Amino acid sequence: MCGIVGLLVKTTALQERLGELMVPMLIGMSDRGPDSAGMAVFSDPLPEGKRQISLYSGLTDAGASYDWQGLVTALNAALGVAASARVRGNQAVIAFEGGVAPVRQWITGYAPALHLMSAGRSIDLFKDIGTPAEVAERYGFESLRGTHLVGHTRMATESAVTPDRAHPFTAGEDFCLVHNGSLSNPNGIRRMLEPRGIHFDTDNDTEAACRFLEWRLREGDDLPGALQKGFEALDGFYTFLMGTATELALIRDPFACKPAVVAETDDYVAIASEFRSLAHLPGIKHAHVFEPAPEEMYVWKR
Amino acid sequence: METLRFDLAQESLRSVNQRLHGPPESLVGCRVEIHNPDGAHNIAVGLNAPVEVTIHGHAGYYAAGMNQLAHVRIEGSASTGVAENMMSGRVHVAGFASNGAGASAHGGLLVIEGDAGLRCGISLKGGDIVVGGSVGSFSAFMAQAGRMVICGNAGQALGDSLYEAVLYVRGTIASLGADAQIEPMTESDLQAVGDLLNQAGLHHDPQTFKRVASARTLYHWNADADQEY
Repeated sequence: MCGIVGLLVKTTALQERLGELMVPMLIGMSDRGPDSAGMAVFSDPLPEGKRQISLYSGLTDAGASYDWQGLVTALNAALGVAASARVRGNQAVIAFEGGVAPVRQWITGYAPALHLMSAGRSIDLFKDIGTPAEVAERYGFESLRGTHLVGHTRMATESAVTPDRAHPFTAGEDFCLVHNGSLSNPNGIRRMLEPRGIHFDTDNDTEAACRFLEWRLREGDDLPGALQKGFEALDGFYTFLMGTATELALIRDPFACKPAVVAETDDYVAIASEFRSLAHLPGIKHAHVFEPAPEEMYVWKR
Repeated sequence: METLRFDLAQESLRSVNQRLHGPPESLVGCRVEIHNPDGAHNIAVGLNAPVEVTIHGHAGYYAAGMNQLAHVRIEGSASTGVAENMMSGRVHVAGFASNGAGASAHGGLLVIEGDAGLRCGISLKGGDIVVGGSVGSFSAFMAQAGRMVICGNAGQALGDSLYEAVLYVRGTIASLGADAQIEPMTESDLQAVGDLLNQAGLHHDPQTFKRVASARTLYHWNADADQEY
């Protein structure tokens, strides 16, 4: 079992309150996922020539007191990319000029124990082990701002309880995926992708779905096209919620084994595994509440 | 008539359910109002008294499960397993219901005004279900006794491995499950559909429904079928 939450807000006022609205949604799914939690937050993109990466320091010796400023200074000295850091708990978002690949490569050499969680122009990513309330507190989720987000509470069934196996998973740039369910053919997907040069960070089944869909997007499919290929290739039980720089997308397997409910108003679209995570949202009593159908694609644009 | 008013934003669901599990004679003829359900699981489960319960909002899993005698009305939607294993009484959902609505109900009437999710009426054992909208795939799987009236459409594999339950469908059927077949409507079928629609407060012409029942070819093991039915 796991819990899924998502929120896309349509007004500037609600963008300021994104984290505050989300925290009760995430905590509401604690029964479904008490061992880890995570959240990907999307906001207005950096200019074309800039990128940001979310790094996790919890696996280093220093943990939350990791010397991010030291990393930024060394990175700028080595590559001259005008990097800067925003730090929350075990996580830092490093923004810099130029592409992701050279920075990623440099960091792997500089501090191999740092885990790269996301990359792109819009996405910030936080995930860690602990109850949803503990993780929300550790990273100050309440003060997060942005246009849309994807969150997850995990009850692990398919791989160990570690920060890098928590959701959301990311692949490429500005793409993330969370999963409630279990896949029966993740290793087949992996054997198909690895010869194409696609690297996996973990043995988690969800990572296979994430990398498969991002590969399809990179191959030129639009999101509905990639999701259609996902229906054909991915076997098992799933409700997937995905985020891109401009969209949230949801699909459920043909047997609808895992739940989902959506509430839409003029001001927001909110998605959760269960209604109890939506009950506190403003105007919920007059929201259009519905259960997404199995094997249908739901895409909401910001 | 005495009215008991509960607010789940103020008091625990357990205390509310314990009050509703009190001596049945203390609840006879009572009207119970439950406010701010906010999707909580197990609201008004296991009732065993002729009491009228109204849930003002969306209910979580297993609302009014195992119901006996009580009339429970959910003003919003119901999540997985509403009225699961109902024995008698009535459960009415004004909105939609998620998967497994009325699963294994032995008696009573479940009315869902909106759509029902997958596996509605799975293993039905004698209860009646009326759905104002459509039902999802695998509905009435292995349903043994009872009736389902579906005013909208049915998803894949309707009535797979049916026993003696009878299904009435007004709209389209995406596919029939193994051993389910469409049969002519008899006078007693028209009467039954009219009666159930009337109880549900829905208005359709019984003549517009199709009857789906078991062909009974699975009742006896056929070694020559080679698992192909």
